[in-house]
Amino acid sequence: MTDSAEFAHHIRTRTLQMINRARSSHIGSSFSMADLLAVLYNGILRVDPERPDWPERDRFILSKGHACASLYVALAKRGFFPDSWLDDFYQDGARLAGHATHVGAPGVEISTGSLGHGLPIGCGMALAAKRDQAAYRVFVMLSDGECDEGSNWEAALFAPHHQLDNLVVIIDYNKIQSLGTVKEVLDLEPFADKWRAFGWAVQEIDGHNLQEIECSLIDLPAKPGKPTCVIAHTVKGKGVSFMEHKLLWHYRSPNSEEMTGAMSELGVRD
Amino acid sequence: MKLAERDSRVFLVVGDLGFGVTEPFAKRFPKRYLNAGVAEQNMTGIAAGLALSGKIVFTYSIANFPILRCLEQIRNDVCYHHANVKVVAVGGGFAYGSLGATHHATEDLAIMRALPEMSVVAPGDPEEAAAATEAVAAHDGPCYLRLGRAGEQKVYTRQINFRLGKAIQLREGSDLTLISTGGMLQTAVETSEALSHKGLQARVLSMHTLKPLDIDAILAAARETDAIFTLEEHSIIGGLGSAVAETLAEFAEREVAFKRFALPSAFACKSGTQEYLRARFGLGVESLTNAIHAASREPRLLAAGASF
Repeated sequence: MTDSAEFAHHIRTRTLQMINRARSSHIGSSFSMADLLAVLYNGILRVDPERPDWPERDRFILSKGHACASLYVALAKRGFFPDSWLDDFYQDGARLAGHATHVGAPGVEISTGSLGHGLPIGCGMALAAKRDQAAYRVFVMLSDGECDEGSNWEAALFAPHHQLDNLVVIIDYNKIQSLGTVKEVLDLEPFADKWRAFGWAVQEIDGHNLQEIECSLIDLPAKPGKPTCVIAHTVKGKGVSFMEHKLLWHYRSPNSEEMTGAMSELGVRD
Repeated sequence: MKLAERDSRVFLVVGDLGFGVTEPFAKRFPKRYLNAGVAEQNMTGIAAGLALSGKIVFTYSIANFPILRCLEQIRNDVCYHHANVKVVAVGGGFAYGSLGATHHATEDLAIMRALPEMSVVAPGDPEEAAAATEAVAAHDGPCYLRLGRAGEQKVYTRQINFRLGKAIQLREGSDLTLISTGGMLQTAVETSEALSHKGLQARVLSMHTLKPLDIDAILAAARETDAIFTLEEHSIIGGLGSAVAETLAEFAEREVAFKRFALPSAFACKSGTQEYLRARFGLGVESLTNAIHAASREPRLLAAGASF
């Protein structure tokens, strides 16, 4: 198993290449969750690339489907599909579309892209596991902006009520959404308190500290009888200095100068 | 209930409605029942999650509730994933007439029909409803089942051979064809009887399945009868009438007189029972009989727009 730091680094560099090649968006969103993905796919998630439909597998749902580039990289690295598919990302006829797509992409549980869909589906899957007495866990990655969607809060009421302690929500709390900071648009604070009040076992971590990430996910459920909520404080665009904390990099595709700068910061030769 | 008895994959997820109806299921199969509360988006997402985990899931609420506010969930989570979710709406049309326009399901068929992967069924009576429930459970993929209300009288006096996508002919006739969907079946039958007294023999077709549409039955009616009328307790836009019109316009081998009887695209601002509201919008047996009879003597009346 690769080292998580190496995995995260690979996610950043390969994602950047993909997005650059495709001239697509969402670098900021993909980078803020790179470390979370690295830890998840480097030992936390019980998955088998040879058997993407293995009934006992852990389910990972990327509810913030716009950040799919880094998920695709993680899946390719783990061997769910060839790395070469990443070069067709976002192109005409490609399997890997600009938002997470389950059709023809092994390892992608559901197609997302409209926010607020992942957690209710995750609740359904977690409930099925409970009713079937199966041991798999369901992990759902949310963005902060997507927590504006009421459907998430319907699910947030539901999961503790039904004691879905096989359900884990990870929130990529990078503080910037689509048209402004979270604080400006629709302030979520006190965010952790809200999830706690709904009945979740909440942990707040530094979403770029691999050890903290690992600690929050290695021993689940955090509290038996309660679903787990890990609020990961992250930085949008983390990994490339001129992209960090910048709304612009939610959308922008790097020009060649920016590309060179970014890659050299990440320590990769062209 | 019988389905759940036979197949352990059957789940029922309700949106906090179904008093007096769903309790027996909940009692008998507690592990396969779920009340999601007044939260239809979550209800539908959960249904998709359960279906993607191998279950056959029925969601259930009344009128527009299981479909409108969770339409995106139906489209993206259910249809796009070809999830085995059967969306059941009780009280199509004006079944809950006196409760006001928020409880009138009058655009549902049009909206569900437009979704890829979605089958749309509106049974005409309790006999069809029972058969339809079996059929949608056996069908692999998303279905929308629009039911009437409890206590509707049976139209069929014999056993029916129900197949998804195949219209049922209740009556033969060569002057004209009445095609109805959903709870208008009784009205269609009574209208055909009234027309018979006026010398017009009507073929009556129950088009319980709007999608996939029984195109063969429609084209046969166009070949073998001289006029086609559609009856639905639904907006004139996008439902049965539209589906039949599309078929005739593109595929009919000869011109045939055609008119849609449906609700205008308008909200019913007055309270009223189903009977009252139907009559108000020209969907009672008497007004239908008169309109069709008049049209048969003056074909150009068919071209006149509906005026309610």
